[in-house]
Amino acid sequence: MSNQTKDVLFGPLINNNPITLQILGICSALAVTTKMETALVMSLSVTAVTAFSNLAVAAIRNYIPSSIRIIVQMVVIASAVIVVDQILKAYFFDISKQLSVFVGLIITNCIVMGRAEGFAMKNGPWISFLDGIGNGLGYGLILMGLAAFRELFGSGSLFGVEILPLERNGGWYNPNGLLLLPPSAFFMIGIMIWVIRSWKPEQIEES
Amino acid sequence: MQQRDSFFNTLLVAVVLCVVCSLAVSAAAVVLRPQQEANELLDQQKNILDASGLAIGEFGKLPSQLNRDQVAQLNSWVSEKLVNLETGEYTDEVDINRYNLVEAAADPNQSVAIVDPEFDPGEPRRPKIMKVFLIKQPGSDKIQQVVLPVYGKGLWGTLYGYLALKSDLETIQGITFYSHKETPGLGGEVDNRLWKAQWDGRKLFDENGKPASLVFKGTAPSDDPYAVDGLSGATITSRGVTNLIRYWVSDEGYGPFLKKLAVELGVKPAGA
Repeated sequence: MSNQTKDVLFGPLINNNPITLQILGICSALAVTTKMETALVMSLSVTAVTAFSNLAVAAIRNYIPSSIRIIVQMVVIASAVIVVDQILKAYFFDISKQLSVFVGLIITNCIVMGRAEGFAMKNGPWISFLDGIGNGLGYGLILMGLAAFRELFGSGSLFGVEILPLERNGGWYNPNGLLLLPPSAFFMIGIMIWVIRSWKPEQIEES
Repeated sequence: MQQRDSFFNTLLVAVVLCVVCSLAVSAAAVVLRPQQEANELLDQQKNILDASGLAIGEFGKLPSQLNRDQVAQLNSWVSEKLVNLETGEYTDEVDINRYNLVEAAADPNQSVAIVDPEFDPGEPRRPKIMKVFLIKQPGSDKIQQVVLPVYGKGLWGTLYGYLALKSDLETIQGITFYSHKETPGLGGEVDNRLWKAQWDGRKLFDENGKPASLVFKGTAPSDDPYAVDGLSGATITSRGVTNLIRYWVSDEGYGPFLKKLAVELGVKPAGA
């Protein structure tokens, strides 16, 4: 694997993470991380959409007139999202019910558009595809971390399997209801950004 | 690069892109449609089995753990009928295979406004005709349970569910909500198995024939035949569930139908 490939694929995990460094895609990170299962499907959906829309945009980048390039990207992304939504409805019906409107809102996820405009318009299809996967993974990593914490301490389970027996089911653990509400994800993303920037001070923006 | 930004090229790219993308989207929708419809039907059937407790009774499993064949087998116990709520009679005014609750409730021709109800489900309209489900043992004509679709407002949106009644038509068998927008962990606990199990055996009507089902605020008194425990942190959802059950079994909802059915089944009419 060449250095550039590695950079593109694994850079977004920590060093150039779309959520904690670029502060993109926060809205869906708040909404779908009450459970691991929905967070996982959401991460995979966003990864697929980012990868394939990057691929398509990069493939036609030399033909896109600059005056309508944003709209062209939007159309490509929206189509990819609808296809993903249809596939979820056909094969992961229960999860698509839980994700409801948030699959459709991938269209407005700034990460997808940001990568299409910022990377795929200037690079070849293959490397853009990898960039999409990398950014999807970076987004997914944060989502899964958030969801693991929120589900474990908010519902006492992981992937729906009970880990901490709940008081209301006859166990001992009294779950923290705040973790199931969107503001808790805000606090936790804030704490994550703080931790990552203390560990890698070069990520701190100059004020 | 002049060429690329020309008026003609811009138009060409826009048109070609739109055609290609719309083909891709339509193809996905058409190819996956049968699978999606099968999923929706299966989901509805599983929810009916859930409310009626048949899956546990027959296979000792939750409906979500059954395979397709087992669901199909149990579903053969279930028959569908359309009911005119005003008269309480069965009807075939509309095609049962094309009946859709949400569409019917939204269409002014197929629904009536809910004005000043005794128990407010928080909804503006209800369909004139509802699809009910009758459950009979295979080879038997005796109605064992009747499953009524119900809906009403919770905190964030409408709860859609099924209410299953035992054959005396005044005892609840079970209740399940197949679609709601309540907060996970708080109002979303309407999906909690242990909470739903409390409904089994609760009575619908008090001695005056008034709907009296109740989601109690706190732990329900053990001698109360109408009440189940409240959902902590979900006062409005709890109140919504109370109201929607009471509304739908009242005379403004399924009341006339339940009275007719009671005569047919030879049990004493609801609340009388």
